[in-house]
Amino acid sequence: MKLRGGIIGLGKMGLSHAAIVGPHPDAELAAVCDTSSLILEAFRKFTSVNVYSDYIRMIESEKLDFVVVATPTRFHYPIVKYALEKGIHTFCEKPFSLRTNEGDEMVKLADQKWLVNQVGYHNHFIGTFIELKRLLKENIPGEIVHFTGEANGPVVTKEKGATWRSVPEEGGGCLFDYASHVINLIQEIIGRPVSARGTLRKKIYSKDVEDAVYSMLTLENGITGILSVNWSDETYRKMSTSLSVFGKKGKIICDATEIKIYLKEANSKEGLGKGWTIKYITEFAIPVNFYLRGEEYSAQIDNFIDCIIRKKQSGINSFSQALNTDKVIDLIIADSKS
Amino acid sequence: MIIMDKVLFGDNQFFAVSHLSDEKSREQAIRFKDDEAIIRVLDQAMETGINTFMCTTHDRIANICDHMRENPEKYKDFNIYPCMPYAHKYANAVTDLGIIGTIKQYVPGNIFSTFTKGGVAYLRKDFIGLMELLVDAELKMFKGINTPVILIQNVVVDMVLGLKMYEVFKAFDSYIRKKYNAEPGYITMNMPVLLDVLNSVGIENPIICSSINKLGFRMSGGKEIYEKYLTGKQFRPIAMQVLAAGALRPKEAIEYLSRFKKIESVLFGASSKNHIQETKILIESLLAKN
Repeated sequence: MKLRGGIIGLGKMGLSHAAIVGPHPDAELAAVCDTSSLILEAFRKFTSVNVYSDYIRMIESEKLDFVVVATPTRFHYPIVKYALEKGIHTFCEKPFSLRTNEGDEMVKLADQKWLVNQVGYHNHFIGTFIELKRLLKENIPGEIVHFTGEANGPVVTKEKGATWRSVPEEGGGCLFDYASHVINLIQEIIGRPVSARGTLRKKIYSKDVEDAVYSMLTLENGITGILSVNWSDETYRKMSTSLSVFGKKGKIICDATEIKIYLKEANSKEGLGKGWTIKYITEFAIPVNFYLRGEEYSAQIDNFIDCIIRKKQSGINSFSQALNTDKVIDLIIADSKS
Repeated sequence: MIIMDKVLFGDNQFFAVSHLSDEKSREQAIRFKDDEAIIRVLDQAMETGINTFMCTTHDRIANICDHMRENPEKYKDFNIYPCMPYAHKYANAVTDLGIIGTIKQYVPGNIFSTFTKGGVAYLRKDFIGLMELLVDAELKMFKGINTPVILIQNVVVDMVLGLKMYEVFKAFDSYIRKKYNAEPGYITMNMPVLLDVLNSVGIENPIICSSINKLGFRMSGGKEIYEKYLTGKQFRPIAMQVLAAGALRPKEAIEYLSRFKKIESVLFGASSKNHIQETKILIESLLAKN
């Protein structure tokens, strides 16, 4: 029997999740929920999926095995909590929560109820970042001296009126949207940030929220590095995320398309020569059954559904990992105000 | 039925699209900063005998179209296969403005100003009409240019496919035939699923452009099922990503394609005349027996 899934929030990510859940061999897109009557009407007209404008009604009526919550961040807490209380496995978009006490509550509830919980930090399903994590675990660049985590892209490239994204309390800025991805990558691949210093949150075109974030982070393992994120940079065609790690034995630069490794001495076990080795995503991409916008989007849903079927918790992108990222965001905000 | 050229010249190299390297993307963006640089390479491709340019409906293509209209004699036998929409334009807009805001921004003409309650109601009744307006907006730049095949980009095809809104394909298909007197085509990362679906809504022998390479890169569901469809099913394949984003040598890549007699065209992009010429000769010699 296929798992019955529902999507709450049909923006860009919600639609993308709906299109990935639909063709999944082990799942059925049973229902969708949104406040836009235009979007719902399209589903009503062209599909056999049940549509709702109220998530409570959807959850009450549909006997769902899982939901994907892809609403604006401020709605995550009430919706996720409701779904978990009803015993429904929950995938939540990033960032996880706007207030860490609410995040704590969601983590505890998911654990108490033994429900599969996952957050959409999809970079962990990109083969190059997985390889970077492995190489660091093997200590390939030696003792790490410094790292840089970056994301750049062309989201807000001119001044304009307000959207939900420009309201700071709703998680509208570049810190919550773009930087959360980078913080989460740093946290899971290099180490958990425990302090932020020298933070700059810069408005470039937005009136009320930051368009760029720069901060010096110290990780729990003592490593220090820089976070540098800007979503008002139109020299990028789309969002581009990268990590670079400088160690005593070499350096690694990694993004979604390639991983560049420089070693002072050859490493025969890894088959890496002295100097530069460049490897491409073609070597590391996770095979998927259905592709939309990138293997990682399908692979993360595959992982979530697989965890439900096998009754195990996701080791990747759990609520508690995502909550940790929210806490780092708080550290960065606090530092920027100090 | 339109006969497609064996070799279709792509545009990724002009618009900083490299599936392999962000750094290479940047180099390309610098090299092709001016439209003249693009036109020069297109002319070089023409000199090697390439007559079809398959390109995204990127804003800058409008300038290339202007150039072609200004030189009608030179480009009279030259075809463009537009691929729409230029998805990043919409994706970046949706992140910022939401879906309704994006429709407001990009749907042309009256809907702009009349996007009031009445406008929304109108749209609600007529999604196909909205689709047609968006198609017209994307294709406006090609007026007066030969566009015998018009394709939808994979992001849209695969989104519609995943959402199972199959009637949209049917509407697109008939609109392109009727309004533009052209053959509709579909770019996808999910070729086998798409072909089954198109057949199920009565679209037979469609032009489908998908990744086809020896590595199985971006061939969702696996290489085996692709190979099965390429040998056993009826459709008109255009092969893209044949070099698996550069991971394969051209000769072994094209040799792999030559196993499938059904492949009608190969899409590739390059920036130097020598490279264009070599690849073209390779494709034509190895696919000649098809």
